[in-house]
Amino acid sequence: MIARVTVYPRREILDPQGKAIRDALARVGFAGVEEVRAGKSFEIRLGVEDRELALRQLREMCQKLLANLVVEDYAVEILNGERQ
Amino acid sequence: MKCGVVVFPGSNCDHDVYHVWKHVLQQEATFLWHQDETVKDCELVVLPGGFAYGDYLRAGALAALSPVMAAVKRHAAAGGLVLGICNGFQVLLEAGLLPGAMRRNASQRFVCSDVWLRVERDDLPFTRGLRAGQLLRMPVAHAEGNYEDSPQRLDALEAARLVAFRYTSPAGELDPAWNPNGAARAIAGICNPEGNVLGLMPHPERCAEEILGSTDGLAIFASALDSLRTARTPRTTPAARAARPERAGAEADAGADLEAKAQVASR
Repeated sequence: MIARVTVYPRREILDPQGKAIRDALARVGFAGVEEVRAGKSFEIRLGVEDRELALRQLREMCQKLLANLVVEDYAVEILNGERQ
Repeated sequence: MKCGVVVFPGSNCDHDVYHVWKHVLQQEATFLWHQDETVKDCELVVLPGGFAYGDYLRAGALAALSPVMAAVKRHAAAGGLVLGICNGFQVLLEAGLLPGAMRRNASQRFVCSDVWLRVERDDLPFTRGLRAGQLLRMPVAHAEGNYEDSPQRLDALEAARLVAFRYTSPAGELDPAWNPNGAARAIAGICNPEGNVLGLMPHPERCAEEILGSTDGLAIFASALDSLRTARTPRTTPAARAARPERAGAEADAGADLEAKAQVASR
């Protein structure tokens, strides 16, 4: 089972990287972009087939390591065509 | 007094710290490898600057899970002194030994310059040789020194007086123009409630000798040495004292005793 974990800056926190990218997008013709939040994406091949177990493991991975919950939020999804 | 300098793959200020402790202060120093399971018999443990584990994932995140950090946590829990400098501060945050997190500098640029620091606490094992309000000039060199936490947790940090150093103007005033990374409330360094764990972004080991142009950083190491020599328990914050009145009483007695001795000496 393949999963994708997305980690991104919490909404209430200013994301200087996202702001710089938004400003750069304006310079290449996308002045209407209101907000960009820059994060990280992890593609994880899990050794389990049970979907609920997989989601539980992925959330635990985020809480323990992949995300720093002081400044970041996360989202998990199961790939293989089957979206969460 | 023995200092252990932790070496992670990617640490690069480890030898500077070792040099200050060993050659400037003439004390015993040793390196601790990231895979060590103990801090040996070191009384002070320093997490130096650099790019531990290449800063992969987040600065300090992987280092925080290395075997030596379990030993550092035990050392800290037993009241041992722990100092995290720059990347070492980031490791302390990721390890949960200090609260909050670091984000990219607000400028989006690596900042390498001298900054002014205002001493906020002069009663910590690491700052007892300084005085509150004193200004220090120290170098910083980092891309992720933008200290952040929720407003409520920042308020709690301030209420417990855990901010040890702030970035200020050369006149000692809070001024965004003199905050090198956008850190919340100009925070440059914080301690734990017990005062035995300190993290700061600036590099005291890079300004600990005249030949380096400044000795402002030496006081941090000299204070730690002085604390270890006198084997005094770290002073606690007012909040912590209130929670443990029996210790407050013991400290008040010790303080009165010292004052009495000082009076005798002055006669």
